[in-house]
Amino acid sequence: MSRFDTLTPVLTDNWDADRSWTLASYEDRGGYAAVRTALGMAPADVVEAVKASNLRGRGGAGFPTGMKWGFIPQDNPKPKYLVVNADESEPGTCKDVPLMMASPHTLVEGVIIASYAIRASHAFIYVRGEVLHVVRRLQRAVQEAYLAGHLGTDIHGSGYSLELTVHAGAGAYICGEETALLDSLEGRRGQPRLRPPFPAVAGLYASPTVINNVESIASVPSIIARGAEWFASMGTEKSKGFGIFSLSGHVANPGQFEAPLGITLRELIDLAGGMREGHELKFWTPGGSSTPILTAEHLDVPLDFEGVAGAGSMLGTRALQLFDETTCVVRAVLRWTEFYKHESCGKCTPCREGTWWLVQTLANLEQGKGQESDLDLLDDVCDNILGRSFCALGDGATSPITSSIQYFREEYLAHLTHGGCPFDREASTVFARQEVPA
Amino acid sequence: MTASDGASRIPGIDDGTNAAAVSTTAETSEPLDAATYAELREIGARYPQARSGLLPMLHLVQSVEGRVTSRGIEACAEILGISAAEVSGVATFYTMYKRRPVGDYHVGVCTNTLCAVMGGDLIFERLKEHLDVGNDETTDDGAITLEHVECNAACDYAPVMTVNWEFMDNMTPDSACALVDRLRAGEPVSSTRGPRLVTWRQAERVLAGFPDDLADEGPSAGPSSLVGLQIAREREWTAEARPDGDDDSAAEATAEQVDPASSGAAEGSHEAEEIEDDAAVAASDADVKHEDNPDNPGGDDK
Repeated sequence: MSRFDTLTPVLTDNWDADRSWTLASYEDRGGYAAVRTALGMAPADVVEAVKASNLRGRGGAGFPTGMKWGFIPQDNPKPKYLVVNADESEPGTCKDVPLMMASPHTLVEGVIIASYAIRASHAFIYVRGEVLHVVRRLQRAVQEAYLAGHLGTDIHGSGYSLELTVHAGAGAYICGEETALLDSLEGRRGQPRLRPPFPAVAGLYASPTVINNVESIASVPSIIARGAEWFASMGTEKSKGFGIFSLSGHVANPGQFEAPLGITLRELIDLAGGMREGHELKFWTPGGSSTPILTAEHLDVPLDFEGVAGAGSMLGTRALQLFDETTCVVRAVLRWTEFYKHESCGKCTPCREGTWWLVQTLANLEQGKGQESDLDLLDDVCDNILGRSFCALGDGATSPITSSIQYFREEYLAHLTHGGCPFDREASTVFARQEVPA
Repeated sequence: MTASDGASRIPGIDDGTNAAAVSTTAETSEPLDAATYAELREIGARYPQARSGLLPMLHLVQSVEGRVTSRGIEACAEILGISAAEVSGVATFYTMYKRRPVGDYHVGVCTNTLCAVMGGDLIFERLKEHLDVGNDETTDDGAITLEHVECNAACDYAPVMTVNWEFMDNMTPDSACALVDRLRAGEPVSSTRGPRLVTWRQAERVLAGFPDDLADEGPSAGPSSLVGLQIAREREWTAEARPDGDDDSAAEATAEQVDPASSGAAEGSHEAEEIEDDAAVAASDADVKHEDNPDNPGGDDK
């Protein structure tokens, strides 16, 4: 019926505008018109529109956003809450931070529409604390939105009122897990909660709560403004719409590329100017370090939820970290594993103890001090973490290990025969060309 | 709870292994001043339940005290009506809260995998040598606290550093040394995507929810954030649907259906679209069952 260009700037479309983060710039380009449209609709119709768009959560899990909103029990007398997960911390993921830096009003507008749809009167943006300027831009945007009457009491005479609070975290990857985020937002240690009850029934302050990723919420104004049909006509059969694809690592021009879901890595690398000169792709993550790594044989996999799952991994957050042949996969995996060990909240034994043992075993292998049976040990430990942990952090910790053993078993063994890492660490750096030849 | 009880000890805070570093703060048993108490209460009032303010309150304590102190913990506990142990349990969970005094500039070097591979490991090693400090240690002049940090969501600018949680993009060992030298010399330094750097304590105040009016400084986006957008501008690519021939042509619609892989966005006739939608709904129901699994994170896939 219709087709779309290779790249489709929607969320990124105003990032090159002068002072794009200001209300004036955002409104000049039609910003906040979708709020007025939404406030003229019944809340349930807004939910239906988002359902009809087939928007699936952009934070990694891909749960249908409209359906999540529909789970909020409106007969529950408690207040309803919207919480935006802006705790972007998954290694490789770097889309929400530039979005909030360049266009915080896109998110604020989405928050107002989503809150109206679920009939929340207080919303929160939980942003990680380690991005100070993003916090500033959010604070300013919220302040501007209040002054313009987009937030506060009786918004634009609609009778609908909303408070929005920007809340800075304090450094904990686990708080990106939605129930840990809720505990953290309640002023506690960020540890995940047992489900059920699900947040839709008993979330923040045990009240019905929707938790959505920044990009999911930021996509909502465009759905209201341009129509669910427009959104649903982009992408692939079960993965509709567009998303921001973040390329990092050994490509000529790393950066953000907004495209319909289903684009391939081959197309994206081409747009990024190819791999860095004289090198070739060795392995990559499709959606952050918690998604099993893939190799050059997967360049033509459609980057949608089904395509990447079919290749044995997950679309995740479209955090495409690319590593060329100068990179030691064992070193890469060990470092990710150290990260999971550091970030394990300690609540459940498989993850707390398991990640510790994974680091010990991998470190031995990396230093050439292990033995071949350690690979079986790693598999065994991973087996005891995967599906047995309290939350997805433990599952994610096993992804790089099992997938790298699957594709690069020989490279692990080479560390044993070589008595250590056979790679030159300097060769993989971006400044290798300037500083190594000297 | 007696905030003025000088003998009170906070588990995990006063049990620091580096006794010398702790004693340099010359902490007194005097409570925090009334203005700080008022601001701590103000933070709590932003939330339906005041305890939700505890994380920003601890940021404020750090901005006033230069670290999380016992009396800061006592103040939070007193205001929220919880025990000091509960507050310190929270303070010790999050890596941004520091038990030892932090320098004017907290310098972070990302050593998560991608940045490490791209040069972060070499940058961190060089800085340790250059500053003569270890991880999470402060230079003798109190200017710089060096720490390796986890992924800070700026991977397209690797290797990445932070100063007081502002981005310093595309670093090298040489530029990292030059950066800390300028900071120690008191020269003005700006973030590559933000304003002139403020001190760590000033930054902590912003994180506590007291803006510093610097939001308008710095660019909208760094160059890497705009790579895809610039290509789209050059090639005049937009998010508008492109009419693909005659919509009513059954023959064309059939042709498209034969080759669905030619374009992820290509769709068949209206009828085919409805069928697809039905399929999607059915699939979504299946997804719900799958994704209602308690192990499914629902939010970020972590």
